Amino acid sequence: MIINLLKPLNKTLKHWETTDLIYMKTYTFTEKIDTRSGFGAGLTELGKSNENVVALCADLTGSLKMDDFKNNHPERFFQVGIAEANMMGIAAGLTIGGKIPFTGTFANFSTGRVYDQIRQSIAYSHKNVKICASHAGVTLGEDGATHQILEDIGLMKMLPGMTVINTCDFNQTKAATIAVAEHNGPVYLRFGRPKVPNFTDENQKFRIGKGLVLSPGTDVSIIATGHLVWEALEAAKILHEQGISAEVIDIHTIKPLDEKIVIESAKKTGAVVSCEEHNFLGGLGESISRTLATHHPTPQEFVATQDTFGESGTPAQLMEKYGLNAQSIVNATKRVIARKQ
Amino acid sequence: MNAIQQLENTVQQVRRDILRMVHKVNSGHPGGSLGCAEFFVVLYKEVMEYSAEFSMDGIGEDLFFLSNGHISPVYYSVLARSGFFPVEELNTFRLLDSRLQGHPTTHEKLPGVRIASGSLGQGMSVALGAAAAKALNNDGRLIYSLHGDGELQEGQNWEAIMYAGAKRVDNIIATIDVNGKQIDGSTDDVLHMGNLQEKFEAFGWKVISIKNGNDIASVIEGMKQAKNETNKGKPICVLLHTEMGNGVDFMMHTHAWHGKAPNDNQLAQALEQNPETLGDY
Repeated sequence: MIINLLKPLNKTLKHWETTDLIYMKTYTFTEKIDTRSGFGAGLTELGKSNENVVALCADLTGSLKMDDFKNNHPERFFQVGIAEANMMGIAAGLTIGGKIPFTGTFANFSTGRVYDQIRQSIAYSHKNVKICASHAGVTLGEDGATHQILEDIGLMKMLPGMTVINTCDFNQTKAATIAVAEHNGPVYLRFGRPKVPNFTDENQKFRIGKGLVLSPGTDVSIIATGHLVWEALEAAKILHEQGISAEVIDIHTIKPLDEKIVIESAKKTGAVVSCEEHNFLGGLGESISRTLATHHPTPQEFVATQDTFGESGTPAQLMEKYGLNAQSIVNATKRVIARKQ
Repeated sequence: MNAIQQLENTVQQVRRDILRMVHKVNSGHPGGSLGCAEFFVVLYKEVMEYSAEFSMDGIGEDLFFLSNGHISPVYYSVLARSGFFPVEELNTFRLLDSRLQGHPTTHEKLPGVRIASGSLGQGMSVALGAAAAKALNNDGRLIYSLHGDGELQEGQNWEAIMYAGAKRVDNIIATIDVNGKQIDGSTDDVLHMGNLQEKFEAFGWKVISIKNGNDIASVIEGMKQAKNETNKGKPICVLLHTEMGNGVDFMMHTHAWHGKAPNDNQLAQALEQNPETLGDY
């Protein structure tokens, strides 16, 4: 896959006809590309810029787009074979001596399979390991439920000291990959396999823990992470045509959560729709509802999987069946607005 | 007093420390700790080169990783008696707000500890990572690690053993405490592991056996031999044959003292068999 990284984003502004002159932003894109390629591109940059960065992979180098790093820096690349537990331990050990290890495998094998290794050797030991996880969620597609983890955000956010990031497009994933190398502490970086619109700034500065208001609105706060961010923007356009002003917020860092942006938006709109490619138990939605329950109780609807496993199918089919697309967000918005007092 | 006798004296004091620590809080793991007292003392007093000023990265130093973290009493005693922290701190073992947690951890920033251990089977992978960092840093010092024999039942070990052999990691000396016992009984009864030497050799390791791991001179000789085998393209495994509960007659030849503390009378009896040498904490 070749992408022209130099093309500027084609952002347009649309006038939204309200008395208080809220301008809705819509985004366009020039290409669809997978977020895992953003990880690969970020790792390539880190290979050049930071000699302490090392990479480990458990027999999925191609799938994780780590070939470039492997070829350019063979001495800093560790092929561990199909042995994820060992990979996590080796990564923890590499930090002792100043290395910054990036592990790469599928999200299922990055979390559930190796939870105790991460818990004891990385999180509790506070090791500077970056756990980079591709093929998260149902959009992994045809491989089916064994590989489609929908519980990983919950598993990782429950670990004290773990930073949890779920990026929405190629550019953001690349920027996040570079940014986490500068952060001292364990990080879970979640991305995926399907080709999705690449719409965020190519030269963005990724700030861990900072949410982004992608479009301002007044009637509902649509707060999304990962692949659901684009769907949220699409939903906002549909809602706009129906006279509903949606504020769209991209939460790439689920932990630590940008509570300020969530609370301020909820105070303004009085209704929240959380959107994620994850179980409603343990995901972004629960982090938002905990924040709001504590600071500003607000009606909320959850666009997420409903405590279920996935199945085989195309990403688009699965997003529709499991209620994870723009139309699902529109429907959830209608429900939550009806609940507003 | 010759060097061996001095080390014997240290071992005896370490035994007292172990017994008093677990007795005070009526919990902890004296059996395996006592069995490894000679190994720890030899490692920290004779074998490894390290700085008294602890740094996590340990650049230019030999590093040690304890995988079977439950034998923390012997680890803490030897660290304290090697100058990493005051021996008085052994008084806080397993108490609230202590740096001496039930199982070793970096969380409370105890000098000398570089990884948490306790959930078994993870230490060899970590040691291999540290060995890789040494290699990348052109740091010629070595990585030492200790593992229980029962602990080898954890599958992650075999991932690590396979990796080390395949990648020819030759700056690591992984010692297995072969005491033949685990919580539920003998390792042969619980899950027979066959011939460990042949298993390690089949995975591409050089194996050195220390027949009497509770004899100071044997441990020194065996570890010296192990060191001579480093940097020859193979990882080194030391099979250290020890007696669980060594040095306290009623704790030996049984698995009963794996994770049980002595009562007042038993403590008195055990301490009588191990008179004070360097001064109690």
